[in-house]
Amino acid sequence: MTGLQDRLTPEQIEEFGREMDAIRQRIVADLGQDDVDYIRNVIKTQRGLEVAGRALMFAGFVPPAWLAGVGALSLAKILDNMEIGHNVMHGQYDWTRIPELSSQKFEWDTMAPAENWRHSHNYIHHTFTNVLDKDRDIGYGILRIDPAQKWHPYYLGNPVYATVLAFIFQWGVMLHDLEFDRVVRGERKWSDPELKQMRERMARKAVKQVGKDYVLFPLLTGPLAPLTFLGNASANLTRNLWAFAIIFCGHFPSDVESFTEEETENETRGQWYLRQILGSANITGGPLFHILSGNLSHQIEHHLFPDIPARRYPQIAAEVRAVCEKYGLPYNTGPLHKQLWSVAKKIVKFALPPRPRQTDGKPDTLASDRVSAAA
Amino acid sequence: MRLAAIAEALLTPHGIDRYLELVDPMLVRREIRGEVTAVEHQTPGTVTLTLKPSSAWRGFRAGQYVRVSVDIDGVRRTRCYSPAGSQHRDGRLELTIKAQGLVSQHLNRARPGWVLGLSQADGAFTLPEPRPEKLLLISGGSGITPLMSMLRTLADEGHRGEVVFLHYANTPDDVLYAHELARQAPNVRVVLACTHAAGGELSGFFSREHLAEAAPWYAGALTYLCGPAQLMDSVRAGYDSEQLSEQLITEEFASSELVIDESAAEGTVRFAHSGVEFPNSGRPLLEQAEEAGLRPEHGCRMGICFSCTKVKARGRVRNTKSGEVSGEENEEIQLCISVPAGDVEIDA
Ligand code: FES
Repeated sequence: MTGLQDRLTPEQIEEFGREMDAIRQRIVADLGQDDVDYIRNVIKTQRGLEVAGRALMFAGFVPPAWLAGVGALSLAKILDNMEIGHNVMHGQYDWTRIPELSSQKFEWDTMAPAENWRHSHNYIHHTFTNVLDKDRDIGYGILRIDPAQKWHPYYLGNPVYATVLAFIFQWGVMLHDLEFDRVVRGERKWSDPELKQMRERMARKAVKQVGKDYVLFPLLTGPLAPLTFLGNASANLTRNLWAFAIIFCGHFPSDVESFTEEETENETRGQWYLRQILGSANITGGPLFHILSGNLSHQIEHHLFPDIPARRYPQIAAEVRAVCEKYGLPYNTGPLHKQLWSVAKKIVKFALPPRPRQTDGKPDTLASDRVSAAA
Repeated sequence: MRLAAIAEALLTPHGIDRYLELVDPMLVRREIRGEVTAVEHQTPGTVTLTLKPSSAWRGFRAGQYVRVSVDIDGVRRTRCYSPAGSQHRDGRLELTIKAQGLVSQHLNRARPGWVLGLSQADGAFTLPEPRPEKLLLISGGSGITPLMSMLRTLADEGHRGEVVFLHYANTPDDVLYAHELARQAPNVRVVLACTHAAGGELSGFFSREHLAEAAPWYAGALTYLCGPAQLMDSVRAGYDSEQLSEQLITEEFASSELVIDESAAEGTVRFAHSGVEFPNSGRPLLEQAEEAGLRPEHGCRMGICFSCTKVKARGRVRNTKSGEVSGEENEEIQLCISVPAGDVEIDA
């Protein structure tokens, strides 16, 4: 069997795992005031942008003010979700014991309630990264994104679903936690108490989020209410498109691999690290780009060390890459447009039924390799 | 109130405090902060801080303690201190802190303008109502603070009963609040005992003779005691031997640093809410809890997802990922990578 286990010899994989652990240990030992100052600064910036964005809406009748308001609010929401919320809820700052930075207490400015998301993302996605039928981020339960997902005429709509998902991404992330697809397939009961609790949390959170963006703040601006409503909707939309782009580029460019449950059974620490590298992709860019992407532009480093403060990923990227090269492992990276194009091609390609033999030489994933070898 | 509710709704999900504190940390509404307004060094190695608490502060009763938090190297550290002031002047909070341990050493460098985190006051080491006719207060070293608070509170209340205050210090120079102790009302008798030098009315460590000398009526009165472990132990033993332990009310002030053997699986693990208790087997807490029939929430079992985070009320645990041993009260730990080092209590 070709698979995850055969990439490196047992000795190599162990050595490789040790090298990864060493990188981690070094960063953990170095954590301190700078990391707290950094995240506090990002939070301060985010709050400032948010207040400015809300305030500018009161001058929304002047088009440049309205536009600036939308810009500030979009940036605030992006920072809140990406560099602050996502990272804080990963426990990256739990070592500080500062309640506002605690993974258990943080709530973010998006529809998905933190508690639901911590389960589906921190646990399910990060533990079972790219394992088919386990990692629900593969296709988000609506897209076909991997050759091992059985084709069905439904998937002809792949590009449409992906586009719609991009526009309403925050709702998608929230509903994703419900495992709606599994309910439809009868694998999960709608009345299951856990699911009920989850739905209640969603309802509460959605009322608050919708309430402030689409009722309270518009009302506050009086006659400008429709403009404020539109402005807030635009900010939410900008954030949705941005988050969708960054997240899809982190896992779905071609050459990112997926895995079967069998090949990930009884994984060692080294094998787990290996899977994280093969299952993620980076995006190149400047410092500001990295911050706005929540450093998920360093998805590989994030998947290796999800609980290390994200500002450290750029510092270790070169080292991780060097280790990958040493062991002949891929390190999938490229500029945003290239990664986006690659994702788009994949979404279109897998909308169509598989051709009997894929003769384009290069398999998209290990799994497709195995599928065509078996055919 | 209405306005605050609307503000909260507008500022969801972060809440109003997360915005107000950026303007001024003292503006927070739900949490308590204290701003240092005065710093005095009464003796070498101690500092007396006067704090102005923010609006959520609800005051304290003499003898209680507050949790004070500071960030040191990016990590929030918390320690308990007993306010030394009268409970009737709770617009101000006075703490006297001996430079011993990480937090206390840090606070010994405090300057006016520093803002500290505070909790509401807590603790049952308080005077009964109505105030007793006769009282014996015994303290040692910086354990003087809750008793100082009692003395000052009683003075503010115009208490006429007989109070004896027996205080232990190494040398006369180490006596905190010396000037104030020297001018007490006639119904208060201050007896100083110096353990390492001459100068006090009494000398040497606590003994029955000291008791008989300072307050011959001690057997018929309430006694409040706070100080170093050694003093606490010998007073307790004395009262026990005379079957007077019901009259003795104590406050563990100085927490003694435990030396632990990380490899030994000792102690008892307790899950407070479910009431389940079992001997520590030396395995991670998640596994131990499951073996005991509990089903704590968890995910990855390898320390990455934080699903298993729970509050450890007390005790020490070793983090198997970082190797760090920590023993702070009420800290969040990950059950799957935390191994108990001695007795541990989890809020679950
Ligand atoms: S179970 Fe995932 S961190 Fe403990």
